[in-house]
Amino acid sequence: MKPLRIALAQLAPRLGVLDDNLAAHRRALTEARAGGADLVVFPELGLTGYQLQDLAAEVAMTSDDPRLVALATETAGLSAVVSFVEDAPDHRLFISAALLEDGEVRFVHRKLFLPTYGLFDERRFFAAGDRLRATDSRLGVRVGIAVCEDFWHLAVPETLALDGAQILINVSSSPGRDLAAIHEVGLGTAASWRNLMRTYAQLTTSFVVFCNRVGMDETISFWGGSEVIGPSGEALFTAPLFDEGLHFVDIELTDVRRERIGLPLLRDERPELHLRELRRVLAERTGVGVDADGEVTSTGEPADGRGQV
Amino acid sequence: MSGGPGSPGTDGAAPQADPGEEPLFELPPELAIDTDVARRVMVGFIRNQLRQAGFGRTLLGLSGGIDSALVAFLAAEAVGPDNLLCVLMPYRTSSAESVEDARTVVDRLGCASDVVDISPIVDGYFGADGRPGAGGHEALDASHLRRGNFMARARMCTLYDRSVSWGGLVAGTGNKTESLIGYSTLFGDSACAFNPIGDLYKSQVRQVAAAIGVPEAIIRKAPSADLWPGQTDEAEAGFTYPELDRLLFWMIDKRRGDDELAAMGFRGPSIERVKRLVAVSEFKRQVPPVAKLGPRTTGVDYLYPRRRPGSAR
Repeated sequence: MKPLRIALAQLAPRLGVLDDNLAAHRRALTEARAGGADLVVFPELGLTGYQLQDLAAEVAMTSDDPRLVALATETAGLSAVVSFVEDAPDHRLFISAALLEDGEVRFVHRKLFLPTYGLFDERRFFAAGDRLRATDSRLGVRVGIAVCEDFWHLAVPETLALDGAQILINVSSSPGRDLAAIHEVGLGTAASWRNLMRTYAQLTTSFVVFCNRVGMDETISFWGGSEVIGPSGEALFTAPLFDEGLHFVDIELTDVRRERIGLPLLRDERPELHLRELRRVLAERTGVGVDADGEVTSTGEPADGRGQV
Repeated sequence: MSGGPGSPGTDGAAPQADPGEEPLFELPPELAIDTDVARRVMVGFIRNQLRQAGFGRTLLGLSGGIDSALVAFLAAEAVGPDNLLCVLMPYRTSSAESVEDARTVVDRLGCASDVVDISPIVDGYFGADGRPGAGGHEALDASHLRRGNFMARARMCTLYDRSVSWGGLVAGTGNKTESLIGYSTLFGDSACAFNPIGDLYKSQVRQVAAAIGVPEAIIRKAPSADLWPGQTDEAEAGFTYPELDRLLFWMIDKRRGDDELAAMGFRGPSIERVKRLVAVSEFKRQVPPVAKLGPRTTGVDYLYPRRRPGSAR
């Protein structure tokens, strides 16, 4: 079976300069196609830059914006994941990642978790998405798309894998920080991300594709280090830190089958158990009683998190 | 990485000197950083700040101390020595050693330099030899503090003037330690277009300075604002930098409370004193507040990136 060739477009978008970023995406697509890529992955907000603040509204595009549609037309025979500020029909603004395939916008994932703490202020400027779904792709397997912080929540990779994804794609604009010599590669952020991605790949027995931007917006520098992790949790490729580049990585989709036969974690998942207990936890947190099946039976005082029914 | 104070460095630039000599500097282990990554980020930051503003050149006030020496090295790496102007701005009582050390940096980097003696500016205001200046009789008896602040602002005026003739942006040279305790002059030495080292504690400045090749004499000497003869930071503050840096790091970066800090061995009075210094200097670290009146107010609900399409000159 022919390997699947992934191109990681570790770009440095220009903040708020949509036309330049569109051109950079087109150039990378052309180069990726010439290099035989099947899937090209661009970073979070690669079309707009990250630290937009009030500029977000000025660079927002609807998912049928002619500029996005024109970019999609350059994906004949290809899959690409690109990210932009989405202006929804009700004018909520989302940080979105679109799957472009064979000339069309096939699927849009809206970032679910918007960090608003520390150096982040996303919830001030954006709405949070409310759908988490894997999607079919022309690659022959379902893929799951997530944006940056989405991967700091366990349910996201788990749900995508249960929904059939065999390739989990995370597009990021991760600011490098916590410089300390004790960390792998000297950067606390990079060390954390590497742990997460290896763990998710192993636990979901899926490929994890991580594309993180480089360059700087205002005071923050993005560290790159894009990666592809195999379904056994082993890193197949790690891009350099801080440098722009288009990196090709070949993967064998048959590795997913082999791993899932040998280590049938997904087969053994208990989503019904998870769901039932989650219902109970939620009910207790809100003071609603439930029976053993998770059905609401009565209302009462909210549990304080220590007590047990 | 392992190692106690005085044995940091992931890059072979450990601060050991020849056997028998004092270590080059003391580095608390928890403050040790990967100097390659730090250098990479700071050099990229300088380039990016200049490019986004439409400038290719930068300038800075070179005092002969470690902070401005490090920024000079970083700036030379970022834009090349030809695009860096170091301005030496001694006052007549500044130590001759400071000027010598500054010249060593200029020679080492091969960058442009200027010397502007600020004595006539400062004396023109405060007066000299019993003759009053523009500030009148009262200013003749001005305190060290007033004179020091005025000197820092005279240097700021000079740098911002040279910024026009040189066609470059002023690079800041203040470190995180002095910023947090407020050991700087507002609109004086803290004034700049951007600051590459403002998130590095003094101990970390020393670590990066050693790695990037700042002359050893500059790393070794006692830090001083050199605003009056014999002044040193540590004598004035009553702390050594490694102690102060560690305390600030655990207090601020690692969010440790008073009891936890005390349990770590920091002394109560120091904790109280440093907390007060940090709180009382909050105003120096922020843009002056504007009374909210209109629908959209800068810094409150008009929030744009400093650099955006159309912002380059």
